[in-house]
Amino acid sequence: MNIIVCIKQVPDTTTKVRVGKDGKHIDPGGVKFIVNTYDDFAVEEAIRLKERFGGEVTVISMGPERVKEALRMCLAMGADKAIQLWDPAFEDSDPYTTALILSKAIQQLPYDIIFCGKQAIDRDTMSVPVYLAELLGLPQATLVVKLEVDPNARKFIAYRDIEGAKEVIEGLLPAVISTQWKLNEPRYPTLPNIMKAKKKELKELNAAALGLDSAQVGEKGSRVKVLSMELPPPRSKGKILKGDPREVCRELVRLLREEAKVI
Amino acid sequence: MDFDLTEDQKLIQQTVREFVQKEVAPYAAYYDEREEFPEEIFRKLALINFFGIIFPEEWGGVGADYVTYALAMEELAAADGSVALSALAHISLCSNHIYLAGNEEQKRKYLVPLIQGELLGAWGLTEPNSGSDAKSLRTTAVLDGSEWVLNGSKMFTTQGTVCDVVVVMAITDKTKGHHGISAFLVERGTPGFSSVKLRNKLGMRGSDTAELIFENCRIPKENLLGQEGQGFIDSLRVLEGGRIGISALAVGIGRAALEESIKYSKQRVQFGRPIADFQAIQWMLADSEVELEAARMLTLRAAYLKDRGLPIKKEASMAKLYSSRACVHAVDRAVQIHGGYGYMGEYPVSRYYRDAKLCEIGEGTSEIHRMVIAHQLLKE
Ligand SMILES: Cc1cc2nc3c(=O)[nH]c(=O)nc-3n(C[C@H](O)[C@H](O)[C@H](O)COP(=O)(O)OP(=O)(O)OC[C@H]3O[C@@H](n4cnc5c(N)ncnc54)[C@H](O)[C@@H]3O)c2cc1C
Repeated sequence: MNIIVCIKQVPDTTTKVRVGKDGKHIDPGGVKFIVNTYDDFAVEEAIRLKERFGGEVTVISMGPERVKEALRMCLAMGADKAIQLWDPAFEDSDPYTTALILSKAIQQLPYDIIFCGKQAIDRDTMSVPVYLAELLGLPQATLVVKLEVDPNARKFIAYRDIEGAKEVIEGLLPAVISTQWKLNEPRYPTLPNIMKAKKKELKELNAAALGLDSAQVGEKGSRVKVLSMELPPPRSKGKILKGDPREVCRELVRLLREEAKVI
Repeated sequence: MDFDLTEDQKLIQQTVREFVQKEVAPYAAYYDEREEFPEEIFRKLALINFFGIIFPEEWGGVGADYVTYALAMEELAAADGSVALSALAHISLCSNHIYLAGNEEQKRKYLVPLIQGELLGAWGLTEPNSGSDAKSLRTTAVLDGSEWVLNGSKMFTTQGTVCDVVVVMAITDKTKGHHGISAFLVERGTPGFSSVKLRNKLGMRGSDTAELIFENCRIPKENLLGQEGQGFIDSLRVLEGGRIGISALAVGIGRAALEESIKYSKQRVQFGRPIADFQAIQWMLADSEVELEAARMLTLRAAYLKDRGLPIKKEASMAKLYSSRACVHAVDRAVQIHGGYGYMGEYPVSRYYRDAKLCEIGEGTSEIHRMVIAHQLLKE
């Protein structure tokens, strides 16, 4: 099987993020980057399919020089090839243009199935996998928690957790699958595989190589724009009510109703 | 001059950090309390091939360098000092001795499974009456037909009661001084070989430390490791690499202590302010940071020189001496910053405090390393 995984490099959840001077970007200074948490499930599922049915796993990421580190991590986990998509014109791409760029790269490759994490933990838009399936004209299953693939029948069955129920859907391959917690337990890269990762192919493609012109991508090609970004207000101190239990309860109910407005 | 790590070094550092923080650190207090060897943890470390870092791929190793080893050891020690000490004895002493001195057959039989974590290794040089003066060891090995017969005892052997194989130094020719000392491979269960776990250590309680006893212990002739009469000389080479490991181990424990100190000093409020606001506390944090960073640099430099095949006798001793002191200082400050809570064992700093002291004793005491350094200076 030819398996493709789209991954994103995002700030580590434990990093303290700051908003940049322009008020529209995260300040990358001092930020530690990791492979997006949900993409780990995608990479793991891809490697498992390869181990079962044979074939090749190609990981693709759009982003600047630093995303190579994330791609290497995926190669260390067991992916075979990596492609970095970058061009200064890609800066400030929205989810639509990101998917467009990814789709152009994918169209140059043979593929039977495409995996994405269900969302990136930085922007949380959950939309790239959906756009991607649309642009490639493929069936899709999002937020998948269990997956069965039959490469001969060219079919998949995907299990999804939906509000209060489980949904089971069947579709044709090739398809785009977005991965959710519970799908699998991503492996740690072994140390020898980390050493071998640098011998694996890591290709770079720019706008021209993808047949894109700069008006289609980046901020120009985008359909949504980030106007501003701000940190959530710092959490205010908790209040401790003291005194007669009856009084305290009365006061608590009043505060919940009038101040917190939750009841 | 280049202070940047390579991509491989960074990726391994990051992978080991994530792995040990999740799979090792949460259990450190459990094993420490029970003075139990964490077999389960060792099995997990084998999954990512931790024991193969410094060995070439042809023996199933990772083929990484000593800088990577130092980085990984720092991470492991920051998670659990005892596990790091056990891993160090397994990798740097036992496995590395076999790698440096063993023949093909011995490497296939012992080194490969040691690297895979299928066998657990130990290394015994120290004896009850021979510590710093290691040359004065008394255990003997006499060739009797096709077997060596070992008699004597070994002291403070890490992994002594849990190991599958131990490298033992013994006298094969009394007349030749340290050129009469040879190394042997002894398997667990060999008749005449027994061991006793030494309990109630100050720290490193999750690491198994034992006395080994050899009473007419017969091992096959081919279990001689390296040339006859070369055992002590080989030991010195083995210890040289081990010093980089223990130096990194000290940095790791010290770093964990500093990280806990930073966290706690921001949380603990006295006189209406977090104690981190007090200059007295800030100075302690600053001193630990500076000393640990200097220790890390000495360690990585010794590793860097070793990777280039340059002499590291003085540099490895300097790293070991300085890092162990920096570690002891850092854990001392950490308990001080935690006050009574630090002393009571509720926070990990009390364990760091107990574990740290080993770094100034094991793999050569601080006094011995000063002697080595001075000897190099005066000789030059
Ligand atoms: C937890 C633990 C694990 C260990 N694991 C192993 C192991 O796996 N394998 C192994 O072989 N050994 C192991 N050791 C032994 C360790 O290497 C020795 O303890 C160490 O070398 C010191 O020897 P000693 O304890 O006999 O102290 P001694 O040599 O008796 O030293 C006592 C004191 O005298 C000082 N001193 C000695 N000679 C001089 C001198 N010439 N000048 C100035 N001062 C001097 C020392 O520095 C020290 O302060 C371990 C020890 C411990 C505590």
